[in-house]
Amino acid sequence: MASNSSKSSLRSPLAHARGLGSAKHGTEHWWGQRLTAIALVPLTVWFVFGVIGHLGADHAAFVAWMKSPFSAVMMILTAGVVFHHAHSGLQVVIEDYISAEWQKLAVLIAVKFVSFALAAACVLAVVKIFIGA
Amino acid sequence: MANGSGRPLSPHLQVYRLPLTAVMSITHRITGVGLAVGTLLLTWWLVAAAVGPDAFARAQGFIGSPIGLLFMFGWSVALYYHLCNGIRHLVWDAGKSFELTDADRNNKIVLGATAVLTVLTWIVGLAAW
Repeated sequence: MASNSSKSSLRSPLAHARGLGSAKHGTEHWWGQRLTAIALVPLTVWFVFGVIGHLGADHAAFVAWMKSPFSAVMMILTAGVVFHHAHSGLQVVIEDYISAEWQKLAVLIAVKFVSFALAAACVLAVVKIFIGA
Repeated sequence: MANGSGRPLSPHLQVYRLPLTAVMSITHRITGVGLAVGTLLLTWWLVAAAVGPDAFARAQGFIGSPIGLLFMFGWSVALYYHLCNGIRHLVWDAGKSFELTDADRNNKIVLGATAVLTVLTWIVGLAAW
């Protein structure tokens, strides 16, 4: 590749860039982080009110809250978007601060797996309460 | 500053006093990571409620304990800071408020809003508890 990237190369700039990554998805991660951030503004407000309303609540009161379709949908949305946003953010932090390639990859994969697992657990918990299983 | 090569050195982080805007920038990341850790408690809370009354009572007991309340206080500050500063980031993403005077003013707005929202939440929360 060294000879390809030298200034004396006859290859066009496009030929140098080809094969070094997609040019079509560069903003996807950035955009996803922003969309989830915007979605989290109203979801966070709902969540904070929900938590305040259920401080020290007993199980029956909590179940009654999650049996409401609106609350159940909002909680599932909150959990899903929270884990998507948290994963996006942690990914950037990891990419910035871990320089050893294999360590970076290992932590990135671990964070992705844990995020998906926790999100699935939250969603299943809400669904289970909602349908009363 | 000289480093032998004659080229300039960037400010040394251990002696350079970071401006408030820079401190708030790294704080956004720190609060983000802290909130990501907080999702563990959110998961415990929801899963415990799905498991049954005893498991839910244990989770609620932890949240209401002194250490639990300390965590909740930390997470409430982090949440409001990350929310307010996150909105400021969205304004930056829209290409606005890049002037130093804007940054100085927005520093104060974000810190003030974080303090007010945190205090209000705890007043209402402790009254409702």
